[in-house]
Amino acid sequence: METLAITSWKLACRVEDTIENGGVCLKLEDQQVALFYFKRRNEWYATQNECPHKRQMILSRGMIGSLGDKPKIACPFHKKTFALDTGECLSGDECAIKTYPVKVEDGFVYIALQN
Amino acid sequence: MVSHKFCEKLTAKINNFKLIVFGEEPIRAYDRVHLTDYFGNKTLDDLFLSKNEWYDENNIDLHLHDTILQVNTIEKYAISKSGIRQNYDYLVFATGSAAFVPPIPGVDKEGVFLYRTIEDLDQIKAYASTANKGTVIGGGLLGLEAAKALVDLGIQESAVVEFAPRLMPRQIDDMASNILQNKLQALGLTCFLQKSTTQILGKNKITGLAFADGSQLDSDILIISAGIKPRDELAKAAGLAIGPRGGIVVDENMRTSDPHTFAIGECALYNEMIYGLVAPGYEMAEVAATTISGEQKLFAGFDMSTKLKLMGVDVASFGDPFITEPHARTILLEDKNKGIYKRLNISPDGKRLLGGILVGEAASYNMLLQTVNNNMPLPEHPETLLLGEQSETKPAGAGLEALPDTALICSCEGITKAQICNAVTQQGCEHADDIKKCTKAGSGCGGCVPMVKDLVAYTMKKQGKYIRNTICEHFNFSRQELFDLIKIHDLRTYDSVLDSLGTGHGCEVCKPLVSSLLASLWNEMILGKGNDVAQDSNDRFLANIQRGGTYSVVPRVPGGEIQPEKLIVIGEVAKKYGLYTKITGGQRIDMFGAHLNDLPLIWEELIAAGFESGHAYGKALRTVKSCVGSTWCRFGLHDSVSFAVQIEERYRGIRSPHKLKSAVSGCIRECAEAQSKDFGIIATEKGWNLYVCGNGGSKPQHAHLLVSDIDSETCIRYLDRFLMFYIHTADPLTRTATWLNKMEGGVDYLRNVVVEDSLGMAETWEKEMQALVEAYQCEWKVAVNDPDIRKRFVHFVNAPSEKDETVKFEEMRGQKKAADWNAPITY
Repeated sequence: METLAITSWKLACRVEDTIENGGVCLKLEDQQVALFYFKRRNEWYATQNECPHKRQMILSRGMIGSLGDKPKIACPFHKKTFALDTGECLSGDECAIKTYPVKVEDGFVYIALQN
Repeated sequence: MVSHKFCEKLTAKINNFKLIVFGEEPIRAYDRVHLTDYFGNKTLDDLFLSKNEWYDENNIDLHLHDTILQVNTIEKYAISKSGIRQNYDYLVFATGSAAFVPPIPGVDKEGVFLYRTIEDLDQIKAYASTANKGTVIGGGLLGLEAAKALVDLGIQESAVVEFAPRLMPRQIDDMASNILQNKLQALGLTCFLQKSTTQILGKNKITGLAFADGSQLDSDILIISAGIKPRDELAKAAGLAIGPRGGIVVDENMRTSDPHTFAIGECALYNEMIYGLVAPGYEMAEVAATTISGEQKLFAGFDMSTKLKLMGVDVASFGDPFITEPHARTILLEDKNKGIYKRLNISPDGKRLLGGILVGEAASYNMLLQTVNNNMPLPEHPETLLLGEQSETKPAGAGLEALPDTALICSCEGITKAQICNAVTQQGCEHADDIKKCTKAGSGCGGCVPMVKDLVAYTMKKQGKYIRNTICEHFNFSRQELFDLIKIHDLRTYDSVLDSLGTGHGCEVCKPLVSSLLASLWNEMILGKGNDVAQDSNDRFLANIQRGGTYSVVPRVPGGEIQPEKLIVIGEVAKKYGLYTKITGGQRIDMFGAHLNDLPLIWEELIAAGFESGHAYGKALRTVKSCVGSTWCRFGLHDSVSFAVQIEERYRGIRSPHKLKSAVSGCIRECAEAQSKDFGIIATEKGWNLYVCGNGGSKPQHAHLLVSDIDSETCIRYLDRFLMFYIHTADPLTRTATWLNKMEGGVDYLRNVVVEDSLGMAETWEKEMQALVEAYQCEWKVAVNDPDIRKRFVHFVNAPSEKDETVKFEEMRGQKKAADWNAPITY
């Protein structure tokens, strides 16, 4: 069953502002959001920009990759990794990151901060 | 643990039994041996012995948090706390033991804990944050583990109090205890021996301990670890035979005085002995499971040899550690300088090893234990066994060959040498982890893992199999293989390498590695062609990321020589952009606290003043340090500064498996510390001496003299060869020192390759190096002039002029410093 939640899409940036197979940081409603364009998989992900390990606003500058089939992001500080789709920590820590829905329309990227 | 092992063994043997388990604790069976790791990095999930579904999958009913209160061995039923009445055919006691609490007045005070269960540990963890001084009563194995936990929890002053005249009285002798005490003292743990505690001081909370000799010790947390007492109350109430000092009496089948009741593990008393280790407990589980399934296996006592690491200090005791004349002769080695004590007890005829003790260095433990257990003959000069592992010169496995197939390698799981070797030859295991999955060897106390590793390597080598160090799940190649493949296929981007040679979508291990290989091979701008997202944190933005997410900037200062005008520019730039400045260890100036947005602006100014990138962010040549040399120094033999500048400018920017540091000294006084560098040069009367493969860092190592009295040109030719050989063959993130340590033949081999050209590669390598040198360009110059690269140096892509407002600084000594890490979020 499809859930009909009220999704408020925010215009984030143009596709050309993003970086292929990497991340950029956005300021949306005074929050820092990391946006990743996983071109190799043709997927888009948005997460909080803060790495929960040492609480640094940095995840957008990390390297993305895969663990088996799971898309992931590695924090540039201490290489903690998080699943891009679910936000769970893949390095065995009990912290997770928030993830947000992303959609791309007519060359623009939209992110839903609440859903 | 023993109960879990019993379930495993019985379900593996037969399946016509219904198993019902009652446990007192609220969680399923976990690894108590590694309980101390719970204070370190392990979570409860790591400690569980099985998955949650395991009991269901094996048709075992598990009642947690439900103790059995009553047993009727005649009508064969048991009643649990929750009121379950359970009939049985066979009953197995695996009730373990409880901590023995000596009857000292005040043991009920707040701040006094036991060290037994996860719950105990959680309580200690919670209480420790308020404590400054901690004490453990009991200097045995578990007591010292508990003391380590106190140190790990950040208790500033920790002490161990032991009644006996030595630590670990059941495992080691007085001399060993002395050495161990000294080592522990150095690590912040004081030991008090022959102390009998008479009272716990304090009102409600503990404040200290009073001893029989009248002395006192301040303490605001206390862990009691004074031994164990078997949990035999229920068995006693059920009328089973109990030993005079506790323990459920069992025979060699683990059968109690009632033929349908068994007891295993630390609650069982066999031959008037309680076995307080996991390995004999597992053996008892196997014996009981075998007996119940109708087969025959007898318990024959158990080897109580142990090896453990206490706060980084190896302690081992094997065979009979205490046997003395006339039943044995003793060979001793006591090295108070290094803190090593070794004792071997050999038979009076000098032919067999009977037991021994090792403190401070126990690499030979497994081999010595095997020598005792398999009654293997001793070498002609058994004292050579005391001289530690000389594995670097001896091929691994020299002693493994002599080991009989039946030699028990993992005593917890009862796995022999033959089983491990078969797992390699027949089941394709290539790592100790595979062996663990296949045979369970190494899954108990873990003490045998080094030997399992050696056995795997030995067996693979015997089969002619090459042990490969593959990169990660995306590339099934070693670094060296990948290097050659990228070169052959002429690949220039990370994505093309992954598409042609790998699988999946890459990760934080292979991306920087491949990027480094691409740079080492082609020396193209590392941020071009979409390779920027495959660079490690620092290379990605050509600066060193620091706390808070700002960067530090280090311009190149070749040889540490700098004109006053340039010093002024650095000062002005630092002032303009609000940067903290510090002189580095490599004779340069580091400017900290630059926002990502400011980096291109800062570099524009530095480049205009004639600076270029210092590659402090890269796995590349950092700096060639120099002393002032013959231009000024009254002792200097040659112009060390000029040579350092020449070398630094030749190798700048070249990416290598790890960072490279160098130095040139103008005379033998060695003011530039060239012998601690990856390559160092020292002036002699006749030319230069070239040293290689030294490093500082966590494991300092002196460089080796490669060749003496050479001229400058020859020196550079040898360096070209040396560096290309290193770049081609080293494992990822391996400094030259470690690379040499792993090289068969050592520095003699290296000299043959570099100086004598034994591989015939000299010309190729010199050409390759020349190509890299000619391809050099300052990365920052390219970056500031390329709009596509430059636009990446922003924090908010949708607000490029704004800086990250979460970056915070504090003031210190007239400059700024990064604010401390933000407090972690607790979930």
